[in-house]
Amino acid sequence: MPAAAAALIEADALCFSRNEERIFGPLDFRIDAGEALLVKGDNGAGKTTLLRVLAGLLPPESGQIRLQGADFARDGFVQLAAYLGHRHGHKAELTVLQNLRFSAALHGRHDEALLERLIAACGLAGYEDTPAGKLSAGQNKRLSLARLQAGERRLWLMDEPYANLDLAGIAWVNTLVQRHVETGGAALISTHGAYAAPAVPVRTLDIRRSAAHG
Amino acid sequence: MNKIILWFNQTGSPPRFDDFATRWAGPSFLAAMVLMAIGIYGALWAVPADYKQGDSFRILYIHVPAAWMSLSIFVIMAIQSVIALVWRIKLCELLAMASAPIGALFTAVTLISGAVWGKPTWGTWWTWDPRLTSELVLLFLYLGVIGLYAAIDDRRAAARAAGFLAIVGVVNVPIVHFAVTWWNTLHQGETIRLIGPSKMDSSMMWPLLVLLAATKLWYIGSLLVRARVLNLQQESRKQWALERYGEVK
Amino acid sequence: MAEFRALLRRDTALMWQRRGDAAQPLLFALMVCVMFPLALGSEPTRLAQSAGAVIWVAHLLAGLLVLDNLYRSDLEDGSLEQLLLAPVPLPLVIASKVLVHWLTTALPVLLVTPLLAQMLFLPDGLLPVLMLGLTVGSLLMSLIGAVVAALTLGIRRSGMLLALMALPLYVPVLVFGAGSVWSAAQGLPWLGAIWLMCAGLALLLVLAPWAAATALRLALS
Repeated sequence: MPAAAAALIEADALCFSRNEERIFGPLDFRIDAGEALLVKGDNGAGKTTLLRVLAGLLPPESGQIRLQGADFARDGFVQLAAYLGHRHGHKAELTVLQNLRFSAALHGRHDEALLERLIAACGLAGYEDTPAGKLSAGQNKRLSLARLQAGERRLWLMDEPYANLDLAGIAWVNTLVQRHVETGGAALISTHGAYAAPAVPVRTLDIRRSAAHG
Repeated sequence: MNKIILWFNQTGSPPRFDDFATRWAGPSFLAAMVLMAIGIYGALWAVPADYKQGDSFRILYIHVPAAWMSLSIFVIMAIQSVIALVWRIKLCELLAMASAPIGALFTAVTLISGAVWGKPTWGTWWTWDPRLTSELVLLFLYLGVIGLYAAIDDRRAAARAAGFLAIVGVVNVPIVHFAVTWWNTLHQGETIRLIGPSKMDSSMMWPLLVLLAATKLWYIGSLLVRARVLNLQQESRKQWALERYGEVK
Repeated sequence: MAEFRALLRRDTALMWQRRGDAAQPLLFALMVCVMFPLALGSEPTRLAQSAGAVIWVAHLLAGLLVLDNLYRSDLEDGSLEQLLLAPVPLPLVIASKVLVHWLTTALPVLLVTPLLAQMLFLPDGLLPVLMLGLTVGSLLMSLIGAVVAALTLGIRRSGMLLALMALPLYVPVLVFGAGSVWSAAQGLPWLGAIWLMCAGLALLLVLAPWAAATALRLALS
C-alpha cells in the first residue's frame, strides 16, 4: 500500500527496558493524519512509558522514531505534537484562566478570545477565576484538555484521557478527538479499559504485541 | 585506530567484559602487590632517613601515590562519564560508577596518611593546609557521586546522573584548590608546604615511582572486580549470566 | 521576550501564593545568628571577629534548606513534564525559576543582613563588603543549587544528599566571599575576591541554566 505522505509519527522496532527488564517492544506502528491509534494494555503494561518515549522524555533502548519522515528531534516534536500526561500538568494554586493563559503564552498565543473559546468549549465557563485546586478531578481533566488545544498541534499524545471522566465526559473527549482528527489532526490514545472509541478511523495497538492492527 | 575501537566495542558487551574482568583482575592485583612490596621495602628500609624530618617523612611514599590516584581517578571517572553520557556506552557507565568508591578510598588514605605525618611533625592530627583541605572537599565530592548513584532506582539513569555530577565536580576541583590555596595564604600569611620536600634526591625517588605504578595497577584490578560485579548485578536475568552462573537468589 | 515574561509571571504568581514559605529561610538565618552568640558568649570583640563568617554560613545553610522547592511542585503536578515539551528552551524556564526563587528566598535574607550584622557586632566599615559579597555569592549559590537540585529530583527524602552534593560546589563561593570580609578587616585588598566571584557569576549565568536543563532531563529519564 503506497503511503501518500510521511506518517506524522512512526515507530520502528522500538524497545524500552528498565533495569534490564523489557518494558515493551519491539513495536512497529505509524500514525497518519486523519486517524487515531488506540494503545491498549493493562495497568503497568508500559503504555505511559511508551508515550514518554515517543515524546522524547525517555531515551529508547533501541529502535527509531520518525516524525514526518525525519529522525526524531526535540524541536520537531514540540512543533508537531502536544502531550496529555497522567497528571494534570497545571498548577493547583493558579486559576483556570491563569493556567490556560500560561499554556497559550508558551506557544506564543496571547489571544484572550482564544482562551474564552477554549474555556467555553470545555464546559468550564464560569470557573475562569476558580483555582484549579478547587476543581473536581473531571473538571481538572477538562482544563488539561483545554490546554492541550492551546498550542494547536497536529498530533495529540493522550495518556488515559478517559480517566476521571463520567460517561458524558468520555463522549465529550471522543467528540473532541473526532473533530481534531477530521480536520487533519491525529491522536494516540492510551487506555486500559474498554471505553467507547472515537468515531474516526481507529487502529489498535496492544502493547504486548509487536505491530498495530485494525 | 579502527582495531582499537573494534576491540573496545567487543569487550564492551556484557559477557565479553565479564570474561575480560575475570581474566585480568587477578594478575593486576598480583602485580600491584608485588610492586607494593618492593616499594614499601624501599620506602621503609632501603632509603636513608631524611636529614630534616627523620623517619617520619617515609609516610610520603604512601601519601603522594594515594593523593595522585585520588585526583587521577576523579578525572578518569569524569572522562568515563562524558563518554557514557555522549555515546550512551553502558560499559563506561559501569566503569565510572565502579571507580568512585576506589577513588574515595584513596582519598581517605591520603587524608589519614596526611594526619599520620602531621602528628610527629606538627603535633596535631589535622592541619588545614591547602592540599589536605582540597582532599577533604574531594572526598565529599566522591561521596556525593556515590550517594547519588545509590539513591536512584533505575540503574542506568542513576549512572548518568552521578556521572553528570562527576563532570561538574571535576571542573570544581581546580577551582576549589585555587580557592583553598588563596584562603590559606590569607590566614597564615605564608604557604606552608606540609608534605614533600620540593626537591628530592633521585636516590630516594625510586620507591615513589614503584608505588605510583603499584597503585595504578591496584586501581585497575579493583576497577575490574567492582565493574564486573556491577555488570553481573544488572545482567543477572540475562541468558548468558544464567548459563554461566546460574540463578542468583 | 514574551515567553520569558509569561514564565516570570507564572513563577511570581506561584511564589506569591506560597509567600509564607519565604519567611522560612529568613527565620533560619536569624536563628543561626542567635545560636552563635549563645555558643560563643556575648563578648563583642569575639563575636565581631566571626560575624562575617557566621552570616555567610547562615546564608549558605538557609539557601540549602529551600533548594528542594525549586522544582518539586512542578514535578508533582506534571507541570515540569509540560515545560519540557513546550516550545520554550528549557534553560530559559530554569532561569526564570532561579530568578524568582532567589528573589523570594535569598533577597529577604540579604535585606535582613544589616540587622544580623548589628546583632553580631560586625564593624560598620565591613558591612558594604559583606553585602556586596553576599549579593554576588547568593546568586552564585542559587545557580549552582539549581543544577544540584535538578539531579536529585526524583529522589525521596533527598535533603541530606542534596547538601552533600552542594557543599563542595559552594566551597569556592564561601572561601572568596567570607575571605573578602576577613581581608577587609585586616586592611588587605578585598576587591579582587569579589571580582573573581563576579566573573564566576557571569559564567554561571550562562552555564548553570544549561547545565541544570541537562541535569533535569537526565533525572527525569
